[in-house]
Amino acid sequence: MILLKLWWEFFKIGLFSVGGGMATLPFLYDMADRTGWFTYDQIADMLAVSESTPGPIGINMATYTGFTTAGMPGSIVATLGVITPGIIIVLLIIAVLERFRKNKYVEAAFYGIRPASAGLIAAAGVLVAEIALFNVDADSIAGFFDVKALILAAVLVVLTRWVKPTKKLHPVVFIAASAVVGILLF
Amino acid sequence: MKDLLEIFAVAFRVGIMTFGGGYAMLPILQREVVENRKWVTEAEVLDYYAIGQCLPGVIMVNTLIFIGQKRKGTIGGIVAALGTVCPALIIIGAIAALLTNFAEVEAVKKAFAGIRVCVCVLILNAVIKLWKSSVCDWKCFLIFALVAGLSLFTDVTPVLFVVAAALAGILIKCMGAKK
Repeated sequence: MILLKLWWEFFKIGLFSVGGGMATLPFLYDMADRTGWFTYDQIADMLAVSESTPGPIGINMATYTGFTTAGMPGSIVATLGVITPGIIIVLLIIAVLERFRKNKYVEAAFYGIRPASAGLIAAAGVLVAEIALFNVDADSIAGFFDVKALILAAVLVVLTRWVKPTKKLHPVVFIAASAVVGILLF
Repeated sequence: MKDLLEIFAVAFRVGIMTFGGGYAMLPILQREVVENRKWVTEAEVLDYYAIGQCLPGVIMVNTLIFIGQKRKGTIGGIVAALGTVCPALIIIGAIAALLTNFAEVEAVKKAFAGIRVCVCVLILNAVIKLWKSSVCDWKCFLIFALVAGLSLFTDVTPVLFVVAAALAGILIKCMGAKK
């Protein structure tokens, strides 16, 4: 019974949170109020864990809550709950899109959507850069720049864009190397 | 069956590498499904990502469902969704079971400080690539700049930007056609 309830609660999160990651937060607070499955503090912890592990927060929270409420089966059921609405809706949308793909209005819409999508990603990049490269609340100009991080970033830019042998490496190689540099030098 | 396994494997890999809230997903996705396997084009990834943002659910999972579906139909889409969430299930399951204060461990914090720097650079590279397939004239550039700026300085939901950009696209293209 608890499994069914877990699935249903997280199905609703999957259905109503539009716009990714942080959009799930208000729903999680609401769920904490109604079910008592976790506390506000645990949500904050989960945010931190989500930022330090693979996977989106909605999925991570479902897995974590499912696990603490009903063990491994709970985590699987809750996670499936979050992705069920997405699977249904995306597949429906694809069926509709296929039919209108060659429609000139749909093509025109995508002409506008593509640069907007690139713009949203660029903005997300700036937000990450703010956290990773600068100390936004520093009180001096020298303190504003995180020198070690900026040097690492410059090295990575050169390696991923201009040095022929390293340019072709899989991005995960750079992620792993940066983790090591972080542990050793930061 | 072999195709489905490959979809699962790719989705699993994208899922496991999306550190820090999913932003690193894009560069990995470009490498795995555009450059290495040629399942979809750069422009299609952008379309999927944009639509994925407007739909309920997790953006990354939605994007992968599109790609899985394109490759192998409905089953492909479902397999892609399952593959994407599998790493989270395993890793968070382990963390929940073993390490309650995972995020407080000093080495973990430092490792992620390093990873975040790398994620910035990877996003920069991703945006440069996407730029080439999306910003084809000054009107596109205007949309790009407006959306990037507004989403940085306001709390407006991305859904609105995508809808507005779609309308702008229709206006620009269809008014242009009448001339």
